[in-house]
Formats: sequence, C-alpha cells, structure tokens
Amino acid sequence: MYSTTLDIAKIRADFPILQRQVNGQPLVYLDNAATSQTPLPVINAISDYYKHTNANIHRGVHALSQEATDQFEAARQKIQTHFNAEKAHEIIFTSGTTHSINLVANGFASLLEKGDELIVSELEHHANIVPWQMLCERTGALLKVIPITENGTLDMSVYADLLGARTKVVFVNHVSNALGIINPIEEIIEKAHAVGAAVLIDGAQATPHIIPDVQALDVEFYTTSAHKICGPTGMGALYGKEAWLRKLPPYQGGGEMIDQVTFEKTTYADLPHKFEAGTPNIAGGVGFGAAVDYMNSIGFDAIAAHENDLMRHATEKLKKIEGLHIYGDVDNKVAVISFNVEGLHPYDIGTLLDKMGIAVRTGHHCCQPIMDHFQIPGTVRASFAFYNTHEEVERFIAGVEKAVGMLR
Amino acid sequence: MSIATEQAEIVAEFSMFDDWMQRYEYMIELGKSLPLIDKTYKTDDNIIKGCQSKVWVHAELDKDKVVFTADSDAIITKGIIAILIRAFSNRPPKEILAAETTFIDEIGLKEHLSPTRANGLVSMIKQLKMYALAYQTQLS
Repeated sequence: MYSTTLDIAKIRADFPILQRQVNGQPLVYLDNAATSQTPLPVINAISDYYKHTNANIHRGVHALSQEATDQFEAARQKIQTHFNAEKAHEIIFTSGTTHSINLVANGFASLLEKGDELIVSELEHHANIVPWQMLCERTGALLKVIPITENGTLDMSVYADLLGARTKVVFVNHVSNALGIINPIEEIIEKAHAVGAAVLIDGAQATPHIIPDVQALDVEFYTTSAHKICGPTGMGALYGKEAWLRKLPPYQGGGEMIDQVTFEKTTYADLPHKFEAGTPNIAGGVGFGAAVDYMNSIGFDAIAAHENDLMRHATEKLKKIEGLHIYGDVDNKVAVISFNVEGLHPYDIGTLLDKMGIAVRTGHHCCQPIMDHFQIPGTVRASFAFYNTHEEVERFIAGVEKAVGMLR
Repeated sequence: MSIATEQAEIVAEFSMFDDWMQRYEYMIELGKSLPLIDKTYKTDDNIIKGCQSKVWVHAELDKDKVVFTADSDAIITKGIIAILIRAFSNRPPKEILAAETTFIDEIGLKEHLSPTRANGLVSMIKQLKMYALAYQTQLS
C-alpha cells in the first residue's frame, strides 16, 4: 500500500536511541516536532571534534585553532548552500530559533517609531510572539494579528487589510508547530514587500521537511534550530539579507564581535561576527553542518514522501476512532497530527501512550493563542520523521485506541 | 486511622495489580469517583501551578481537622488527587505536615513524583502541606 525509496532499516541503524526500550516496550518516537533524534554521523562529528580538534576559533595562531575555525566556517557554508543564501556571512550562528528572533526583534528597537505596526499570526509559537511584544513595549509600536480560520489556516484577506504604510515587520512561521500547516509564505512576503515591510520567517518546523530557498523567497530573515533537523540542541542559524544585518545593531556585546575596543569607543566586527559575541557553540556548529549533510544524503524529496505516507496512514486510522477530532486537517501540511478525543484530556492520552512506550507531545505546544482559538486546553500531537515506520504508526493507533478505551 | 495506616492500605490495594494497565485503570476509577468540588471553589486562585492539566484544591477547617476537596480536568490527575485526599484529608494539620509521601513511590507511580513531571504531583503535595501549615498556625 505504501512504498518508499528509503531503506528505513538502514536509516534506523544510524539512530542508537531508536533501539531503546521505554517502559518495557520498544520506543515509538513521535515527538519529532519537539526535537528530532540524532544520527551517528552527527554524534561522531561532535565527538570527533572534541577528540581531535577542540580549540577556540578565529584568534589562535596554532594548528588546532585554525582547524577548529575551518570546521566551524565550513559548517556555515553548508548552511549557506542549504538555504541558498548568496553569502556565507549572511548566516549567523545562534543558539536556536528563539535566540535568532530575539536578535532581530532587539535590533528593530532602533529602527521603529511610536505608532509603527508589526504583524504576527495567531498561529505562532510563543518564541515568535513574546520578543515582539517586548519590542512593542519598548518602542510604542503596535502588534496586529492575522487570525486563523476554522480549519486552522491563516485568514489571508484579513492579512491584506492589516498591511499598511506603517507596517514595518511581518513575522510568521513557515510551518505551524502546533498544527503542522504550511503557511503561504511566498504570498505573505510579496504582500509585505508591497508596503515596504521586512519579513521574518520562523522556519523551525519547516526545515525538517522542506528546503527553504531564501533567495527565491526574497525573505529578509529566516531562522531555524539545528535540533529539529537531527542536529544538536543549543544551536541554530539566522539567515539575514546582508543589507538588513548591517542595518541592525549588535544584540550582545563581548569578545569576537568587536573590531577595536577603547574605553571611549568600540567599533564592531564585520558580519557575521558582529552578531556572534563570545566563544560560539563550535561543536554545535560542526554537528549542525553534519546534520545538514546527513539530511541531504537521504534526500528531502524522499523524506517528505515517506513522512507524508506515514501521516496519511495515521490520519486515516485515527479518523475511525469515535469522537476523535484532528485540528488543522488540511492538505498542505507537514507530518504532524494534532488531535483530541471528545471528553478526554490530552494529558491523559499522552500519559497512557507513554506507558506503552509511545512518545507524543501533549499540551498547548507553546501556542496558547491557537488553543484559545479552538477553546481547548491543548492537544495530543504526533509528529513523524523519516525514520518512523508504518509498524510504528500501527502501534501508535493501537495505543490511542487502548488509551481511549481505558479512559472512557 | 492514621495517615500512615491509610497509606499502607492504599499500597496494599495497589499491590494486587500485576501490571501498569490495572494500576492506571484503578486510578482512573478513583478519579471518576472523586466527590465533586463545590463549583464556587473552582477559581483561578485555587489552581495549582505546575500542572499540564488544571487542578483545583480547596481546604477548610472542620473543628481541628483539615478537609480537602479538589478537581482536575484530566482523569489520571484526578485519580492522583483522589489518592492524596484519601491519605491527607480530614486529619489534624500537624499530622499532615509530618506525613511522608513515599507511598506514592510504593504504589508504582514513582514517575509522577519527579519535580519536573508536568502533572505537578509534587506541587499538589506542597499545596496540601501549605494549607496544613496555615491552619496549624491558626489553631496554635
């Protein structure tokens, strides 16, 4: 019924964690949207770095420092190539998407005036709401919200009405973490540009499934976290158009980001170092680069095809469970299923699934506005990765059925 | 019956079950049979922080004993509260304050005891003891 070009058994052998047992059962890991698992090539890249190369970068004259610098900068180029950024220095290494968004939002403080307008969507993760709210408090700018429709998609006609001469920045996610819906970012970017606004796309949930072409998108800022695409935690990247990165002031001060320091005046280093104060997460960068290589060696087309099959399989079976409702059940989405069962709390379902060795996420997924929209305390979210199997989908479905039976 | 004896009885009941499913089914049963809390007490002030599900706890003094009533929107959480209330409600504050909580571990719900667990069992116990402390001060 389902076929894939991927050798799933071979892929799974790359992920030691997938062999482990949880609560006496083989682990079924369906919390990939929270964090993906880490394959041996990434673990080895990090481990090899510490075993053979570890040194501080960019300053040392000795061999290790030079090698470490080369590896870190090679990782930057891998991200540049992957995102199709024009220049390597348009890739800023950060600790992840939250850091990236804070960096940009903080920079805009010097560019906004009271009464300027920012546009966010109702579909956002708190990480793409709160930094901008803080910015509004500091600057007197106003936050406008694109609402979602009944099926969870953005109401684009309202978006068109919200845009105006005072709109300075629009920030939306490429893919919703709570629902998995792929947003029409091409249209969002085009319309924002028509009124002269800059756009930040939170790509944390998109990059495990889709390769963003930042030049084709013509987007000002695009951000992701390494741990969503099989890389290490505490590592991420911000793409910014060179002109915009030059316009924004530095986010943090410290070593590495300076040109000249005197007590009278400090001048800042050039891109990308201007935004990379202090010793960066060098091993994280090396691991991030290895993760991008790994994902590309499997191939994003094959990844998306297999994941979509898993999602279709699970969706079809879940819908047969009485009283089960899927949120954001639209065609244009990544392999995420967010659902509730009538009369049951997501926490109860998640707890029982955990006892069966099945890892899902429950709660508001850091998206309280969406939960408020649907007037629910949260959902159960199953999110699939390319290393998941149809057998695991079957175990997940059986697990949900069993949990529902116990709770009703 | 003292808190310790009541806890020993709960442990004995749970020890009859062979596997996690039976234990959880029993907890779900206990949750379903938890007496309803008076609606006027289901206020935001009575919500215990640190739980993924909502938990309301109300306490009042009946002569020299603290009586707890509680509710949750999740049934397993409600079962956990039912167990706690059975052990701790209708007791003198002093006894509540002195009580051990290791019986939770013994009934095979150890995983719920972790302070980082999202169900907030630790917060619940802390809240019950806070109430006991408040009434203890009031009584002395």
